Amino acid sequence: MQRLCGICPVSHHLAAAKAMDQIVGVDTLTPTAEKMRRLMHYGQMFQSHSLHFFHLASPDLLFGFDADVAIRNVIGVAAKHKELAVQGVMMRKYGQEIIKATAGKKIHGTGAIPGGINKNLSIEERDGFLKDIDQMIEWSRGALKVAKDYTVENLEAVAPFGSFDSNHLSLIREDGAMDLYHGNLRAIDAQGDKIFDQVNYNNYLDYIAEDVRDWSYMKFPFIKSLGVENGWYRVGPLARVNTADFIDTPEAEAARKEFMAVTDGKPNNLTMAYHWARMIETLHSIEKIRELLEDSDLQGTDLVVKGDRRPEGVGLIEAPRGTLFHHYRVNENDQVEMANLIVSTTSNNEPMNRAVSKVAMDHISGKAEITEGLLNHIEVAIRAYDPCLSCATHALGKMPLVVRLVDAEGNEVAKKST
Amino acid sequence: MDSTRRILLIGYGNPGRLDDGLGPALAAAVEKLQPAGVTVDSDYQLTVEDASDVAAHDIVIFADASTSGTEPYYVEAVAPKAALSFSSHSVEPAVLLHLAQTLFNAKTRGYILGIRGYEFNEFGERLSEPAARNLEKALQYITLVLADPQLLDSTSGASH
Repeated sequence: MQRLCGICPVSHHLAAAKAMDQIVGVDTLTPTAEKMRRLMHYGQMFQSHSLHFFHLASPDLLFGFDADVAIRNVIGVAAKHKELAVQGVMMRKYGQEIIKATAGKKIHGTGAIPGGINKNLSIEERDGFLKDIDQMIEWSRGALKVAKDYTVENLEAVAPFGSFDSNHLSLIREDGAMDLYHGNLRAIDAQGDKIFDQVNYNNYLDYIAEDVRDWSYMKFPFIKSLGVENGWYRVGPLARVNTADFIDTPEAEAARKEFMAVTDGKPNNLTMAYHWARMIETLHSIEKIRELLEDSDLQGTDLVVKGDRRPEGVGLIEAPRGTLFHHYRVNENDQVEMANLIVSTTSNNEPMNRAVSKVAMDHISGKAEITEGLLNHIEVAIRAYDPCLSCATHALGKMPLVVRLVDAEGNEVAKKST
Repeated sequence: MDSTRRILLIGYGNPGRLDDGLGPALAAAVEKLQPAGVTVDSDYQLTVEDASDVAAHDIVIFADASTSGTEPYYVEAVAPKAALSFSSHSVEPAVLLHLAQTLFNAKTRGYILGIRGYEFNEFGERLSEPAARNLEKALQYITLVLADPQLLDSTSGASH
């Protein structure tokens, strides 16, 4: 299943493996297997968030949404902010190397197998990663500061940008801690009141449904008890920081408290706050990576557990972009007869559409011409969600961003595409 | 994070899309030869962190499938180029060389080895017969190049 995507293959790999654990009748992995999978997952989170922030989002934040497109890109960041660009490259590389060491390959690895893992971490591999861990933590602190300072210093402009109240959904540990690898489902509303909590994800179909609209290849997931109109929700870093009672690593927890203080402890519903939340998770991930590297269970040799075969399995994980659902039914000949996936970007479909609508009304409506800078305003709002359409749509081919400006009679006034 | 090797060969493409797997197939074949002083990497696409590996080598060869043009393969020197935009997760060889140069002060020389493929639009982990023949010829060529890298300059731009 990891071949669904070249962007977050680890997430699909692990969600599918968790579902297959259930199929082979395994509810609890060995410590070595679970910790190797967690290390793989935090490596993925670390590299994915780093790539997004430094190389996809930072040009907008460093140069401005309207800046000349010739410099508002990674080449511009490399030229004007070389240190940041180097850090982004090296952080991404570090995460990719962790994935390679745990999954076997940087992309489409095969480390997780039903009931466990197929390798442990050698002392040599461990020491190689520990050698650079302090540097990675230092750079993560720096990236967090950039994201936080940007948000706080520009709060007046950032607060309304593509923003709206929403529900938030994520996995949560039994004690309420953020857990990116495993947990139960929690959904809260825009004020922080719980819609449901500690739901065993095997029962997700009782709580989540998907709407289909004839103008999009993407589905529109929603919380069943609230219905299509009101039940849509956000997933990903913003949702996870909002739903968590606490984070179990000290520096990320301190950062979470600062983040929540901006909204007096209530959920933060600012679209642009995704960047700050994403950098809190980056710091959390590297703190967890250090914790795992210092755990001798990673050198254990008890890798796989066996159980009694079952016909059905569900696996959920918090992918970099949000909650990822995998659900399979397998027949007695080991053939998959049913597969249902709800991927993170699909859950963020309705929010992204609302962000586009909000930005279009606030920044484009009334203008006679759509400039590249205005077009980029829409991209900035979408980019905050770090969407990945490889597995979120059912369409093949290129998907350019096309914006049409129409007048009150529906006549096209202007059109621009990427 | 090895920084001692001299030549880096990156074979890239999607082995699950038939002849798009020519780059990784070449990388796998070269890796079996275990040539001295050569680092072999394989990936679905080039990404920004490759800039660090590129910078640690004197020469980088980007092996990719080509959808049209010269058979069985072409070799082209590639110069660093600052891209005007960046909106995806992948980067082109010229941009990667530019990043290596800008971020790591690299003077790495880059070459594209484009191996002609024919079938790309179906799923499947196999090469078409003519693509497999082109791969064999490209492997013969790259074996010579790895022993004598100067061949890259003398054969760049020429028909093969």
